[in-house]
Amino acid sequence: MKKIISCVAIVAMLAGCAAGIPPEALQFQPDTLANRQLQSRKYDIKSEKELLTASNNVLQDMGFNLDESNMQLGVIVASKNRDATDAGQVAGAILMAALFRVQANYDKDQKIRASLVTKPAATNNPIQVDVTTKSGKQVKFNQQVDSGNGYVVRVTFQRLVWNQKGVLSKIEGINDPEIYQEFFDKLSKSIFLQAQNVE
Amino acid sequence: MLNKKYVSKASLVVAVAATTLLVGCQTMKERVLDSSADGQTSVELRAIQSRSFDTTDKAKTMRSTIATLQDLGFVIDKADLDLGSVSATKLSGYALRMTVSVRPGSSGKNMIVRANAQYNNLPVTDPKPYQDFFVSLQKSMFLTANNVD
Repeated sequence: MKKIISCVAIVAMLAGCAAGIPPEALQFQPDTLANRQLQSRKYDIKSEKELLTASNNVLQDMGFNLDESNMQLGVIVASKNRDATDAGQVAGAILMAALFRVQANYDKDQKIRASLVTKPAATNNPIQVDVTTKSGKQVKFNQQVDSGNGYVVRVTFQRLVWNQKGVLSKIEGINDPEIYQEFFDKLSKSIFLQAQNVE
Repeated sequence: MLNKKYVSKASLVVAVAATTLLVGCQTMKERVLDSSADGQTSVELRAIQSRSFDTTDKAKTMRSTIATLQDLGFVIDKADLDLGSVSATKLSGYALRMTVSVRPGSSGKNMIVRANAQYNNLPVTDPKPYQDFFVSLQKSMFLTANNVD
């Protein structure tokens, strides 16, 4: 009977054919603003190009390889492959094998991706217009203004982890504040060194 | 108590049923062309995936798109100003990939933004996620997203 039930369950899943996209996937969340602040930093620098160059240098310092870049849009995409072994997890797997003769999976490799985007800094006071023209047309306008000094850098990291069998085990965004803090500290130094023409 | 013979017969029936259902699923041709997904025509799909913004600034529209994608937790894969396209991936236990293209509208007074998404290995054809995306986008554009006729 169990066999039949499991068969029916599998068929039901196959017939469904489509598991939907989570409703919150493309909506702003309460933590959206906090994440934006965590991942962004403003630099008082005159040229966007200089900022991108300094950013690229930092990414290279961190061992990333460039995948994609677009100067006009201020976009740099980079990635690196690294070991993902966690001593605790491996010890757990060995223990499981020794005690229960069950082979537990542990993480082995990971690919870390980073995208870095620059944009002109905006003032905190957007221009707001809400008027009705003579012809009765409602004109609503709420526009941020470029502050004219400095650019904002936003960097985001994510990772893909494979276990020892080569099966994708984890796909996630990286939201550890320390990582972002350290990245921006490095970037500050890089900008400074570049301005001083230190090779 | 069910005997073994009965169980094996029943599972054979179920297996045949499952195969029939799978045949009903999709052929390779349909998968490559994404034709007749839920009986949607490409005109309907375009309407769901496109919005018009009252601006002529392509670069600014694209920068806002990129900022919105980052706000939504995406990491950018590719961006090309000349072609007007941005691709990005969100990893959060699932893989959501989006390509957004920006082109000037025929009136010369607006930009048409079109987005298409895939969720793991499925095309997203439901209007709701796109509505959510454009609501998010118009917040960072500071402009209203209009439907494209």
